[in-house]
Amino acid sequence: MSQADSNPLDPSALLEPLPGHSSLGRLERILRRGEFAVTAELNPPDSANPHDVYERAAIFDGWVDGINAVDASGANAHMSSVGICALLTRMGYAPIMQISCRDKNRIAIQGDVLGASAMGVQNILCLTGDGVQAGDQPGAKPVFDLDCMSLLETIRIMRDNSKFLSGRKLTSPPTVFLGAAINPFAPPHDFRPHRLAKKIAAGAQFVQSQYCYDVPMFKKYMQQVRDMGLDKECFIMCGVGPLASARTAKWMRSNVPGVHIPDEIIKRLEGAEDQKKEGKQLCIDIINEVKEIEGVSGIHVMAYRQEEFVAEIVHESGVLKGRRPWRKEPNPVDEMVAARMEEILEEPRQVPHELAGVAGDTEPSE
Amino acid sequence: MADQPTKPTQASLNKKAAQTTSYKPSGVSATGRKARSFAIRLWSVRNARFLEWFYARFADAFLMLHPMWKAVGYERAEAPVKFVEKHVKGFLFDCRMCGQCVLSSTGMSCPMNCPKQLRNGPCGGVRANGNCEVEPDMPCVWVQAWSGANRMKGRDNILNVQKPVDQSLRETSSWLRVTANAAAEREAAANPGMPQ
Repeated sequence: MSQADSNPLDPSALLEPLPGHSSLGRLERILRRGEFAVTAELNPPDSANPHDVYERAAIFDGWVDGINAVDASGANAHMSSVGICALLTRMGYAPIMQISCRDKNRIAIQGDVLGASAMGVQNILCLTGDGVQAGDQPGAKPVFDLDCMSLLETIRIMRDNSKFLSGRKLTSPPTVFLGAAINPFAPPHDFRPHRLAKKIAAGAQFVQSQYCYDVPMFKKYMQQVRDMGLDKECFIMCGVGPLASARTAKWMRSNVPGVHIPDEIIKRLEGAEDQKKEGKQLCIDIINEVKEIEGVSGIHVMAYRQEEFVAEIVHESGVLKGRRPWRKEPNPVDEMVAARMEEILEEPRQVPHELAGVAGDTEPSE
Repeated sequence: MADQPTKPTQASLNKKAAQTTSYKPSGVSATGRKARSFAIRLWSVRNARFLEWFYARFADAFLMLHPMWKAVGYERAEAPVKFVEKHVKGFLFDCRMCGQCVLSSTGMSCPMNCPKQLRNGPCGGVRANGNCEVEPDMPCVWVQAWSGANRMKGRDNILNVQKPVDQSLRETSSWLRVTANAAAEREAAANPGMPQ
């Protein structure tokens, strides 16, 4: 852990503002320093128990620079991204709050941005969101009041001009690092780099890509991006993830919108003895290839239901180059209390009410 | 691992639990069901250059008629103009009367036909064959828009970031709004220094 990434007064508090930075978070600092960043996606719990979130975040501890809190991914209801982020910031983690335009209109979204920023969220990822037909409640009303581009612009206006979309003033603007998503693997391929340029114009400072399983296609996209000079204007993080088996790969290809998996990948998995292990190895191989591409500033690991592998994947691919991301250190006071627990219990307890009573009963000794 | 069955997802359970009767509606979303056959829409995209040329003349003619609209009153002209606009654009583009037409910036492919009503480019869910993620049988509005824009003179208009849709302008005439705005601009240019 670099000293610059933690607040000397309180390790889990926000950082001091730096010139040229728009947020007080760690992720922006790491990217702006030119270090290879790693983010991971938290599988949102279907429960109201905060410890479910803490447990799922603890798996990534010390291996990632940011944790994505998804907003009802795949149009399935889960704990909200605002809620997850509120819990994560309590623990000092650096969450990346995803906002999808599917479920909320502009009034709700602007309110959520302020609320999240007040709770210490420093990174926001703006998404359009999957259609409602993809999820478990296809009868829901699709909102799509804003799209990812106007959402980016809205939050940028809130941050930089200290104003709502309507022009009404904010007394204190949200300090956030703005992100967006890219999918270089979907048609129209020659429009995709232009779309990234549009997103940057609208306010994107970093982007995370869809699952990358087709490295040649990604290289071609990055070539176009570099030719347009876009890699200088925003940090590009490549999305990767282990496939559990050839069967999962086939299922994802046909059921998850926007995922492109070439046949060679599926053949490679099918040919393997232990498909899960091969899936992990494949992920590491892809990371090793994409980290060498010029203009790639980090990776985003989406290991859905295989979160326990993230540490191994990050470690074995060596992308951190020995750097140790921020991790939650146990509070030294807690340790002291635990060591002296028996002693503390044996000590006579001082009950303030009783003490006050005793003090009242005794005569002043003059 | 390969022979281990994948866990059923909530979506697949719901699909199985859904009652099957003899009536199975077509399409997936209301957007898809409202659309007519895609032939005319695709023709408009193929002829985007011609439509762009035609609309430029048409808009000029409308602007020339500005004194007439003013004499009649834009409010009174609204109903008949809207009727014509709705049916002409409805026929050519499957227009949804959002009231703030951006066809010239979207390759003559109406973005309101996108089930997500995206106004700034395709989402990441476009299928490999160029069809929509939500409506598997519908060609993606934005794949069409990109090919239409490449045929047009103002091909770079598609790269502008569009503002979010103002829902309060739905079912109003975009033609009259464009004309009134252009007239106001022309007047402002003619008498600079005049308060707006």
